[in-house]
Amino acid sequence: MALGASIVVQDLSVTYSNGFTAVRDASFVLDPGTICALVGVNGSGKSTIFKAIMGFVRPSAGQIRLCGMPVDEALKKNIVAYVPQSEDVDWNFPVLVETVVMMGRYGHMNFLRMPSRVDRYKVDEALERVGMTAYRKRQIGELSGGQKKRVFLARALAQEGRIILLDEPFTGVDVKTETAIVGLLRELRASGHLMLVSTHNLGSVPDFCDRVVLLNRTVLAAGPTAEVFTQANLERAFGGVLRNFQLGGQALHQDDDARSVTVLTDDERPLVFYGDKPHRREPPGEA
Amino acid sequence: MTALATELLVPFSYSYMLKAMWVSALVGGVCAFLSAYLMLKGWSLMGDALAHSIVPGVAAAYIIGAPFAVGAFFAGILASIAMYFVKQKSRLREDAVIGLVFTTLFALGLFMASVRPTSVNIQGIVLGNILAIADEDVVQVAIIAAVSLVVMAFIWKDLMVAFFDESHARSIGINTGLLKAVFFTLLSACTVAALQTVGACLVIAMVVTPGATAYLLTDRFGRLIVISVALGVGTSFTGAYISFFLDGATGGVIVTLQTLLFLAAFLFAPRHGLLAARRRGRLAVESAA
Repeated sequence: MALGASIVVQDLSVTYSNGFTAVRDASFVLDPGTICALVGVNGSGKSTIFKAIMGFVRPSAGQIRLCGMPVDEALKKNIVAYVPQSEDVDWNFPVLVETVVMMGRYGHMNFLRMPSRVDRYKVDEALERVGMTAYRKRQIGELSGGQKKRVFLARALAQEGRIILLDEPFTGVDVKTETAIVGLLRELRASGHLMLVSTHNLGSVPDFCDRVVLLNRTVLAAGPTAEVFTQANLERAFGGVLRNFQLGGQALHQDDDARSVTVLTDDERPLVFYGDKPHRREPPGEA
Repeated sequence: MTALATELLVPFSYSYMLKAMWVSALVGGVCAFLSAYLMLKGWSLMGDALAHSIVPGVAAAYIIGAPFAVGAFFAGILASIAMYFVKQKSRLREDAVIGLVFTTLFALGLFMASVRPTSVNIQGIVLGNILAIADEDVVQVAIIAAVSLVVMAFIWKDLMVAFFDESHARSIGINTGLLKAVFFTLLSACTVAALQTVGACLVIAMVVTPGATAYLLTDRFGRLIVISVALGVGTSFTGAYISFFLDGATGGVIVTLQTLLFLAAFLFAPRHGLLAARRRGRLAVESAA
């Protein structure tokens, strides 16, 4: 299925009404069938870029095009699906799991939002795909952290957005759910979707992201993970913010191997460099 | 027996009582509809602030002989602008700004009424007087309530999405800013309508209590609205009816009824009530033992 999802951010600057410029001259291009990590310290402009793609803030200079369209037009066509950060959701809101997933279909309905048979089918399918069918009649606050995430992923699936924005998808999620989420994102990539993932979980970036955009109030580097996600670039993006442990020489090796182990960590899974290559987690099943 | 039945039917034989009962029910219903949203957003006190802020507008309207809804409307706009301005230009928190603005306007309203006591019935504004409502006021209230109900029937799902997850609402092309503006316009209009039935001081109960009660009784938003509206209509109609026998202020009776039902839900709600929570706690202890 050729979907042709693309994001073009060109010379984007965003200045808030209080005069603060959160992002300056940011440019990057993302093609269909990509999982891209958006990486940077807090305040580096990750959420501003998300907000600009969602049309919440207007660029003060430059432009964003989604699938070749301006933001407002793309939003009207249901091209962008958004998976919110868990802290941003009111879990006491009186809605059931299936209602939340059905909200993903609203953009496809008429103005009275009456679900058709197709809408109900898509909701069933999305719930099935994330393994939440058994929980469909639960109030959303009764779920575990991983289940909550999966409900919102199901909503994005039901929405059938070609571009999916995920805000910190791995926060408060167990390893099993993380693996399931990554598996799902890979399936979506294979079918031509474009996913932009804002994350602090540096260690899992090389596992599943094929591109990385490094931010620090502008784009420091953007491109394939192997080229961009290097120790030098990360130290530039994070300055002194990352915890950095280096083991080398006699502490690590009994021979005269010159490689050292560098552990970079933000607040979640650490990123490990051995020599100058990021260490990848073993594929599940072999460990 | 028949004597009692006749006695109970007496309120229905007075046209002013009939008018009071159905107008109260209509206003109670539409306020309850809005309350379902207001209490979920933590905006409950906005209703209170609005109700107090429009008092000077209503007083001014009575002084110059204009329809009270027009005066209320302008005072409401003035209050919103004042709150926005103070919030933007100072470092004060929102609750302080709301408190400052609405008490100022309420004080202005009281002052205006005290200067022109003959043209402004301040007791009517503050405590409401549905039993003596004038026919042209009935028309105004009925129009406000009917228009609000129709608009809400069309936008209730969009509002639910916008209040639950604004980012998602935007991502499916909903204009959340416009939607909120519509909601607050309806809220202001319904506050004006409720002013007539229960008075400025008790409007807050009309736009909070039914929604809060329904919240304890269900986990589904659609049902929450149905329960809330049913409570609003039921308590308002019954409250007006009972007030005939008690010879007391209608607003007070309506709000007391709403509170009694809230207390019942607070104690006995099947899942979210106090007793249910106790029962669950006891079961947990027993199964652990």
